[in-house]
Amino acid sequence: MFKKILIANRGEIAVRVIRACHEMGIAAVVVYSDVDRASLHVRKADEAYPIGPAAARESYLNISKILDVAKRSGAEAIHPGYGFLSENAKFAQACADAGIKFIGPTAAAMDAMGSKTRARQAMEKAGVPFVPGTSRGLEYEEAAQVAEKIGYPVMLKAAAGGGGKGMRLVHAGDQLKSALDAARSEAERSFGDREVYIEKAISNPRHIEMQVLADEHGNTVYLGERECSLQRRHQKVMEEAPSPIVDADMRRRMGEVAVRVAQAAKYTNAGTVEFLVDQQKNFYFLEMNTRLQVEHPVTELITGLDLVHLQIRIAAGEKLPFSQDDVRIRGHAIECRIYAEDPDNNYFPSPGKITLLLTPSGPGIRCDSGMYEGWTVPIDYDPLLAKLIGYGTDREQAIARLTRALNEYFVGGIKTNISLFRRILRDPEFQAARLDTGFLDRMLARTETKKDDKATADVAAVAAGVFTAMGAASTGSASTNAGASSADEEPSEWKNVSRREALH
Amino acid sequence: MLYDIIIDGKSFRLDLNHAEGKWSCRLNGEPLEIDPVLTRRDVLSLRIGDKAYEVKADHVAEQLHLWVGSVRFAVEVRDPRSLRSRSRAADDHGPRKITAAMPGKVVRVLVKEGDVVEAGGGIAVVEAMKMQNEIKSPKKGTVQKILVSDGQAVNAGDVMAIVE
Repeated sequence: MFKKILIANRGEIAVRVIRACHEMGIAAVVVYSDVDRASLHVRKADEAYPIGPAAARESYLNISKILDVAKRSGAEAIHPGYGFLSENAKFAQACADAGIKFIGPTAAAMDAMGSKTRARQAMEKAGVPFVPGTSRGLEYEEAAQVAEKIGYPVMLKAAAGGGGKGMRLVHAGDQLKSALDAARSEAERSFGDREVYIEKAISNPRHIEMQVLADEHGNTVYLGERECSLQRRHQKVMEEAPSPIVDADMRRRMGEVAVRVAQAAKYTNAGTVEFLVDQQKNFYFLEMNTRLQVEHPVTELITGLDLVHLQIRIAAGEKLPFSQDDVRIRGHAIECRIYAEDPDNNYFPSPGKITLLLTPSGPGIRCDSGMYEGWTVPIDYDPLLAKLIGYGTDREQAIARLTRALNEYFVGGIKTNISLFRRILRDPEFQAARLDTGFLDRMLARTETKKDDKATADVAAVAAGVFTAMGAASTGSASTNAGASSADEEPSEWKNVSRREALH
Repeated sequence: MLYDIIIDGKSFRLDLNHAEGKWSCRLNGEPLEIDPVLTRRDVLSLRIGDKAYEVKADHVAEQLHLWVGSVRFAVEVRDPRSLRSRSRAADDHGPRKITAAMPGKVVRVLVKEGDVVEAGGGIAVVEAMKMQNEIKSPKKGTVQKILVSDGQAVNAGDVMAIVE
C-alpha cells in the first residue's frame, strides 16, 4: 500500500480524499493556489505546497508543477479528484512516465473514452445500445440526410464535449445549418475541437448512470445506478440512488452493458457509464466518465462501500475484495449539491465571506464539505461548497431526513441554493418520482405561491428589535460583508447589558 | 425603546425594554412575553410565550435578512430617535445607482456616458466563477456616469454607473 498520496485538487473533493487517506493510514499531500492558502483542504492535509496563481491553468491544471510537488514530497500516487486534470489522458501518461501511480484509468482507456465519437465506435462493436445517429463528425449535407433519416427533433453534440457546451436541439430542417455552425464554433471555443455529431433527440429523457469498478486483474463489477435527471443548464443539481424506475432486472441489464463498456476500453479503477432512458425505459449509452463522480456518495450509502478506499486499493494493485454477487443495494440516498449561488438572481455565483455556518447532523445525514465559518469563497473556481446527502430505509424516509437536515443547514454571509432543495423535496411531482431532465426547468417556471407567514413575520420583527437592543456585538460585527448596518452605529448596549447581568 | 421595523415591506412598531434581566415587549400595541437568549453572534434563541424559535441574522451586501427557522425575511430597523429615515422606496425619478450584485470582474461595459437606456437594458457584463451576468438598468434614463472599466474587479455593492 502507498505511504503518501498527492491530491491534485481543492474544495470538498480534496477533503473527501484526504479523509480516505487518513482512514487508511496514508499521508495526504495537497497543492494550493495563491487564493487557496486558507482553504479547508490545506488545513486538513499533512503536507501542502503552493503551486502558483489563482488561474487554474497556472496552478491546478499545470501538470509539470504538480508532478514536481509529487517528486519533492515523495508521493507514490496522485488522486486527481473530479474536474481539473481528472480526465486528462496526457496527465495520466505523464504520471506513468514519472513513475507515479495515477489513481484512475490508464491514459489509453481515457483516450478511448475521451472522444464521444471514438468511444461510440468501440462500443458499437461490443453490442452497446445507442441512440440512433452517427458516430462521427459531419458536414452539413450529410448531417441533413442523417437527420431526415432518423427524424426530427435531433440533437447536435460536440465530440469532445461535456457540460452542455456545443450542444443544440434542432426541431426542423430549416434550423439545422445555423445550429450546426453555432455548435461547431462553441465546440471550437470550449474544447479546441469543432467536430460535431448528430443524434435523435429523446423527449423528456431520464439521465441514469451506472457505477463500475475494475481492478487491474480483469475483474469488473457494477455497483448500481444513480438517477441524475435533476439538471439545470445540463448540470446535475441533485442525484439519488437507486433510481425510482429501475428494478432488479433493468439494473442487471444496464449493469452488464456498463461492464461490457468498461471491458471494451480495458478500463481500470472507478468509472461511470451514463445512459439516457426514454419513457418506455429503453436505455441508450451516452458516455463514460473516467473519474470519480461528484455524486459518488449516494452509491456509497446504498452499497456500504467506500469508493475512494477501493480506488486507492485498486491503484495499489490489489484485487477487488468482493464479486458481483456480493454487491447488495440497501435503502435509498439523495444528494444535494450546495452551491454558492443566488436563487434570487438566476442562480448566479455568489462568492464572499461565510459569516455563519450551522451544519446539520443526526440520523442518516452525511455532509461532505469544503467550507468553514470565516472562510472567503474565492471567485476563481466552481461554486460547489458542499454536498449534503440523506439516507433512509426507503425514498420517503430519505426525503424526510434530507428536508429536516436542510432546515438545520445555514450558511450566512453568502447566498446559497439551499432553498432550492427545500422546494424540490416538497414538490409533489418530485415526491411521486416523475423525473426527467426537464423537471427542474418546469418546476422553476411555476411561480410558487408563498405561504402567508404573518405569525413568523411577527417573530422576525421581535428578533430584529432584540438584535438591535443587544447592540453591535450580537450581530454581523465580525463580518466584512456587512456594510454600514444599523448595529454598527449603536453604542455597544449589549456589552452594558452583559456587565449588568454579571453583577447580579 | 421604540423601533420602527420593516419586515418584507410591512411596518411594525416595537416597544422593547430590557431591565434587571427582564424584557418587556409590545408589538403594534399587543403585549408579548419574550425570552431571548443570544446563543452566539447572529443566532438568537427566542421564546415568545411558550413557543421557541431559532432566528439567524444574515448580512449579504448591505442587506440584513433574518431567518426564522428556514423562512427568510428582509429587515430594516429604524430607530425613531435617530430620525435617520432612509427612504429607499422605488423611485423612478432622479438618479439611480447601478451596483454590482456580487464580487467579480467587469468583462465589458456596454454603454457610454450620455447613452439612453431602457428599463432592463444592459449596463455591463460581470464575470465571477466562470459565469457571466449582465447588470441591467432598473429604469429608463440617460447614463450619467460610468465608474468602472473593462477588466476592473468589483465588490458586491460597488456603484458601477449612475442612470438619471
